[in-house]
Amino acid sequence: MTYAYYPGCSLKGTAIDYHTSAMALAERLGIELKEMEDWVCCGASPIHQRNPALASGVANLLLSLSKGISPQVAVLCAACYHNMKKAEVEMREDGKKRSEVEEISGIAFDPEVRTRHFLDILDKDYGLNALKEKVVKPLSDLRVACYYGCLLSRPPEIAFDDPEQPTIMERLLEAAGAETVSWSHRMECCGASHAVPLTHAVLRLVNDILQSARAAGAEVIACACPLCQANLDMRQAGILTKFGVAHNLPVVYFTQLLGLACGATGKEVMIEKGMVSAAPMLRAKNLL
Amino acid sequence: MKYQIRLTGDNARLTREINARCGVDLTQCYQCGECTAGCPMTPEMDAGPTKTLRLIQLGMEDALFDLNTPWLCASCETCTARCPNDIDIALVMDVVRQMARLKGKKIPVKQPRVFQDVFLKSVENNGRLYEPGMIAFYNLRSGDLFHDVGLGPKMLFKGKLPLLPHTSGNREKLREIFRKAEAFEKEAGKETSREAHADPGHGSGSDT
Repeated sequence: MTYAYYPGCSLKGTAIDYHTSAMALAERLGIELKEMEDWVCCGASPIHQRNPALASGVANLLLSLSKGISPQVAVLCAACYHNMKKAEVEMREDGKKRSEVEEISGIAFDPEVRTRHFLDILDKDYGLNALKEKVVKPLSDLRVACYYGCLLSRPPEIAFDDPEQPTIMERLLEAAGAETVSWSHRMECCGASHAVPLTHAVLRLVNDILQSARAAGAEVIACACPLCQANLDMRQAGILTKFGVAHNLPVVYFTQLLGLACGATGKEVMIEKGMVSAAPMLRAKNLL
Repeated sequence: MKYQIRLTGDNARLTREINARCGVDLTQCYQCGECTAGCPMTPEMDAGPTKTLRLIQLGMEDALFDLNTPWLCASCETCTARCPNDIDIALVMDVVRQMARLKGKKIPVKQPRVFQDVFLKSVENNGRLYEPGMIAFYNLRSGDLFHDVGLGPKMLFKGKLPLLPHTSGNREKLREIFRKAEAFEKEAGKETSREAHADPGHGSGSDT
């Protein structure tokens, strides 16, 4: 199983733990994520807010970089997935759009190419049963709140699971032995890149999300997006200052938990990178 | 926010202009409020998406561009996913932002626009986003010099911030796409504006 891997900017910077843990997990599962060469930034949300034609043009360049590796493009970041999948679906279905984007990017679109989120690859290509067989350290007695945020399943045309009630992360983590909680804010937006220009709004949104996860008895939040992780983890200090609430709830990537379950070490999944460390809680449960 | 609705002239012009720009038909909105109910940003918005769409339907252009709403939209697309009439409301928010820029409107809230600009500039310059550089420029341009300075050292300590920008062999190619897409958007803007104005027998919409 070889995929053309597009990391995107965050996975080489603020989300280096997401990249590293996904690589460690993929290696244990026998999945090859081969990084595409000379990739550029997808432009995240600002790019389509400014100019949708620019967003599609850049996505078409990125999709073309998979050539020679695999038409299956593996993506971990929710914003990268959203931009690339949206452009891919649009170009396949709308001939006029496709020629506009091909003109702007100067690149012919390959209709065989498929943008795939790593969650979807694990679920559909690899399969839960095969994953179960690789679990050497079940995540027993660990209560996880799976957080989807926005862009993994919106708009519905690009979703790889039910867009309103996804269960893909729960199914994967349960296959690895974890207990997942039912909670109200799993699909609520964290404010994404508004964390910089509109910090006050993001503190409000994140406070509600963390509150909801804790009320449901979660010991850790699992997410699949670098911006979700950054906002939910790094903004806890700001929430303490602004609202006087100390959540102290670790927020990790689903790849870190699955990696540990499949035998990777804490170092290999970079479990110490979080501002609110998950390490003491995981150690107490003998998972580290 | 309260508005006095006065329909004068061709109040459908704005609806036609948005339709020509992105294919979304706002006459399909029957004001059910589903978008506003699910919007995470309404507490900070001057008006929710439902009211914003109504201003467009009524052709109240000045009132529309005075709203902070499109600039506060987080592009989470909850509204788009849930609209019973399949209106891509998040795309309309993008289009209103673009129209405000192209028409040279005064933008009611500065920070999100500055963020958008410095983010895309960093990408255009380096090929990849260079977060420390972007934040430094954001603080300079927004005038909020010490914004989040406390987070920087913590992230550096955690090894989460690169010291130097990453670049890419496709940087020049990316810049070319930026240039071509910008030219394309300007040209499309001119065309749609002409089409929207070309409706015979009507004057221009006004909300004064």
